[in-house]
Amino acid sequence: MSPTPENHRWLDHPKNARKLFIGLILVDLALLVIGELIHKHGHFDAEISVPAFYAIFGFFAYCSIIAGAVLLRKMIKRKEDYYDE
Amino acid sequence: MNSLPPGMLLILGALVIPFLKGRTQKVYGLLLPVFSAMHMVNLPPDHLIHVQMFDYVLTPIRVDKLSLVWGYVFHLAALVSIIYQLHVKDKLQDVAGIMYAGAAITAVFAGDVVTLFIFSELAAVASAFLIYANRNTRSATVGTRYFIIQMVAGVLMLFGILLWVHETQSLDFGATYSSGDWQLYGMFVDPESRMPVNPAAWLFLIAFGIKAAFPFLHNWLQDSYPEGTVTGTVFLSAFTTKLAIYALARSFAGADILVPIGLAMTLFPIFFAVIENDLRKVLAYSLNNQLGFMVVGVGLGTQLALNGAASHAFAHIIYKGLLFMAMGAVLFRTGTVKASELGGLYKSMPLTCLFCIIGSLSISGFPIFSGFVTKSLTLSAAFDTHQIWLFVGLLVASAGVVDHSGIKIPFFAFFAHDAGRRVKEAPLNMLIAMGIAAFLCIFIGIYPEPLYALLPFDVQADASGAAWQNYTASHIVTSLQLLLFAALGFAVLYRNGWYPSELPALNIDTDVIYRKVLPAGIRWIARIGRKGIGGARAKALGIINGFIVWIRGHHSPEGIMGDPWSIGATALWAAVLLGIYLIMAYL
Repeated sequence: MSPTPENHRWLDHPKNARKLFIGLILVDLALLVIGELIHKHGHFDAEISVPAFYAIFGFFAYCSIIAGAVLLRKMIKRKEDYYDE
Repeated sequence: MNSLPPGMLLILGALVIPFLKGRTQKVYGLLLPVFSAMHMVNLPPDHLIHVQMFDYVLTPIRVDKLSLVWGYVFHLAALVSIIYQLHVKDKLQDVAGIMYAGAAITAVFAGDVVTLFIFSELAAVASAFLIYANRNTRSATVGTRYFIIQMVAGVLMLFGILLWVHETQSLDFGATYSSGDWQLYGMFVDPESRMPVNPAAWLFLIAFGIKAAFPFLHNWLQDSYPEGTVTGTVFLSAFTTKLAIYALARSFAGADILVPIGLAMTLFPIFFAVIENDLRKVLAYSLNNQLGFMVVGVGLGTQLALNGAASHAFAHIIYKGLLFMAMGAVLFRTGTVKASELGGLYKSMPLTCLFCIIGSLSISGFPIFSGFVTKSLTLSAAFDTHQIWLFVGLLVASAGVVDHSGIKIPFFAFFAHDAGRRVKEAPLNMLIAMGIAAFLCIFIGIYPEPLYALLPFDVQADASGAAWQNYTASHIVTSLQLLLFAALGFAVLYRNGWYPSELPALNIDTDVIYRKVLPAGIRWIARIGRKGIGGARAKALGIINGFIVWIRGHHSPEGIMGDPWSIGATALWAAVLLGIYLIMAYL
């Protein structure tokens, strides 16, 4: 069911969802800049020497998890009444 | 009162509930954890009670800083769960919930393995009723499965106790760790090999492992928690697994094997959580993932790591309870927690939505929320080992948390596409319970010192006593980069339609072994057996039949024994016999 006009909120508009997305990109860009300005601590060389290590790691780890989950779904997905209980 | 174990007030108090009515019963239930907590707080520090039983010494109460961390948070969880359940008019759930909490608290203060066994099993029995309380066929089946698995863990523990006592002649369960050592070892761990000391210790490890949902022993958790009642699952989420973590922290600190086990626990559930449709099941996978961080902490066994496990357990009980409460409220109002049937609920349930987001930010470890200041202790202890696989694994797991609990739960329930459900906001008591938990999530995040003061050891960054700092620019920025770039990953995938859609489907896990493969195997054996039995039966009948035919051959009218004799022949043979008898009498 789509939202009724009286219940239509700011977020329902695709344009605003896009604004949020752009906002997130801007925040992330800001984090990249700040990350290069501060003094970094770490237990491993890569944390300090690789620029934006945590940003790159976060993005790719996340995407790999989703890719892994998609593969997993292919193997383990069954109908809702599979166990027939 | 000092000889009354903490938590016992709740267990005994729960027995009175059936005799009370209406508001009196509810107020009484609410006061129980308050009085029980006051009793616990007033016990002397390092309080020990010993009781002689035959040749053995029982220690029903041992108060130290490790048990107190769990004591505090279990009381808090009991209070919040009872508030959340105030609107429910079902004495079964009130008795079961309060007794379950009480048993878990008493178990935490157990200083011997017998007391630990008795009360952890009481907790298992009481908790099963929070599933049975749904009172339908499905809950009966799931509840029984849950009950059986808990009992299997109990039986293993019992065997462990027998073996252990046979070898050591002692019932003691752990001892208070010395604060002078940075690296600690539990009573079941050999400091040389860093492995369980003997077969009895292995049995304890498996028993605790079942209750802590180790990989392959985990699936009872995802099977049962989504099937608890709306309010019962909030109780369930707090006690059983964290009691197991406590037992591990008490007795298995420094066991190397727990590090890879814990790491596996942080990783595998995140994949299942991404594709799960039932949001309470997503939370159960997420719970499993969180337990993994604590198990890693226990395995590392340094003061920092044990502080990490304890503080993480504390914060986790609150934010995980909050997330289960939010999903419970959604289930209560809409009748479903399936992601494929939800969306847009922020319009109808704005406060529940807000509380849920606070829980999500906490579990993800966002700065100023409780996960940030607790999980980081364990992560730092793990990274101190400089093992790259542990570093990469735990960071991937942290990115995974962002997905299942940080984004998926609030997004698909409250935002995503509007499913058009227009419902009422959650009842006031639910909102109050969620409000308390949400407040604590932020309070601990901003001001962690009171929690740190409760931890078993002084919070230090390393063995040299370097000060621990949460809010350094480096820690804040790197955490935000990890979390917000993972969030960017979600936004990119979702906007492009690459994020796996929420489908009304079921995903099999290890439960397929005991719900499908084993029953099919048993049916197969039975079929073979029936065939075998049928064959054996035919053979036996054949033998019996042959015997009857043989007998009949002699005794039928045609047989030698069935041959009719003439009167003359009979009289002659009688005379011969009598004659022989006469002769013998004279001899």
